[in-house]
Amino acid sequence: MIITRPRDWARIKANLAEVGAEKVFLMGCGQCATVASTGGEKEILQAKAAIEATGRTVTGWAVGEVACHSGGTKLEARKHVGDISDADAVVVLACGAGVQTVADSVSKPVFPGLESVFLGNVVRHGVFEERCQMCGDCVLDKTAGICPVTTCPKGLLNGPCGGMWGGMCEVLTDRECAHVRIQRRLTEQGRGRGRATLEPKDFSKKLKPGSVNLREKKGTSAGGGRDE
Amino acid sequence: MSRLRDALARGEFVVTGEVAPPLGTDLSAMKASIERIGPYCHAVNVTDNQGATLHLSSLAASRAVLDMGVEPIFQQTCRDRNRLALQSDLLAAWTLGLENVLVVTGDDPRGGDHPQAKGVFDLDSTQLMEITAGMNEGHDMLGRDLAGATDFFIGGAVFPEADPWDIQLGRALSKVEAGARFFQSQAIFDMERFARTMDELRPSGVKVIAGVLLLKSPRVIDFINNKLAGLMVPDHIAERIRAASDPAKESIALAIEQVRALRDIADGVHIMPLGNDDAVGRILTGAGLSE
Ligand code: SF4
Ligand code: SF4
Repeated sequence: MIITRPRDWARIKANLAEVGAEKVFLMGCGQCATVASTGGEKEILQAKAAIEATGRTVTGWAVGEVACHSGGTKLEARKHVGDISDADAVVVLACGAGVQTVADSVSKPVFPGLESVFLGNVVRHGVFEERCQMCGDCVLDKTAGICPVTTCPKGLLNGPCGGMWGGMCEVLTDRECAHVRIQRRLTEQGRGRGRATLEPKDFSKKLKPGSVNLREKKGTSAGGGRDE
Repeated sequence: MSRLRDALARGEFVVTGEVAPPLGTDLSAMKASIERIGPYCHAVNVTDNQGATLHLSSLAASRAVLDMGVEPIFQQTCRDRNRLALQSDLLAAWTLGLENVLVVTGDDPRGGDHPQAKGVFDLDSTQLMEITAGMNEGHDMLGRDLAGATDFFIGGAVFPEADPWDIQLGRALSKVEAGARFFQSQAIFDMERFARTMDELRPSGVKVIAGVLLLKSPRVIDFINNKLAGLMVPDHIAERIRAASDPAKESIALAIEQVRALRDIADGVHIMPLGNDDAVGRILTGAGLSE
């Protein structure tokens, strides 16, 4: 899921002040931002109280099913068309993709209410960790299912670097070095990588902006990647 | 021809030193340092934004060292440049007469003076060694012919005191396969362990220059143990320096003992005087490597 965290409240207030917004509509997201406890009903109500505490009015709020889904968000906007047209601005408690979907669905100024930080694993309720950066050129087959691109702070494909000490990472000293974990698991599984050096990464697989269209020719999937 | 390569090939015990380019354009302090340590060294490393802190480039500074008649070891870290820039700088280095290159990963920007910087790490050190070896054969990383090849003497870093060692040993051997012909090691404190490392590396044919770090004060020890990644001063050595009435003098005595021990094990020593350049001559003379 997409992990978000609250955005500096002063920036949101400044955004509202920039457009002279006295009346605000709030939108959350029923998926990731709800699980991340940043843009569900509870957080929307907290944001409502905070905006009202600045002397502004909240004309209404909505938590649709998935903010980044164009169809669903347009539908949600239509359901609340009166409250939205009464508002001077919309603040969205969802990831950047959700904010943009809302901005495409309403004609008012739309502001982000959260910071989007990473694609996260839910390790436990409320504990999220980044394990994949969606590089489009996966090496997990060679690295025992542990991603060096993401979990090595330097993103080295071949490691450890010289800062590894006692098996721990030089940069995040409370964590095991990703490459020590990789080598250990490979050895445990009897598939020692030996001395094979992983080739430089193909960053053209992750050119911005990514797009996949399953409706185009059958079997095509052009990610940010140029997979023919 | 790289004198460093020649000396190592002849089986001579080599000495390398290290200078840091300035933060700015005034090269006089670096040159003064070269004047002090150059006469004792076969070659001198010129660091590349060491510790992820801003300095004048190793490329220009290495050339300045060469112009003084001292052979530089041009350093290239993977942290600050992508594959285009790295290859381009290597070609430039060759045209500037730089023949030794030490290829390292580089410290993470989070520990440096520009923590907001993006760490590039487009390539890692092993990959860059392979590419450099390819340039020596006359092609770029895509296999295209170069109009004029390089002939670098390619070096890498090795970390004999790191744990788990079997993993670092595997890495070191991959580096040799990628094209490393010499290693410069992290500071060595445990001579027995280093001798075993040499036994493991020798069959690959790589030459190993052992690091000797001048522990000139208790403060330096604290810095290494708390701030420097991938290195720890063992307690008995730390105690010896801390208990000394004159730690600076004791550190030179210690370095002399280390160089003497390493003479029988390594292919050379890499002296890191941490600013105390005058100690270099005293250490080498004390160890019988210089008059
Ligand atoms: S290698 Fe790329 S795709 Fe695979 S887990 Fe890592 S970041 Fe994700
Ligand atoms: S210690 Fe390991 S995980 Fe940490 S930066 Fe170095 S190679 Fe990456």
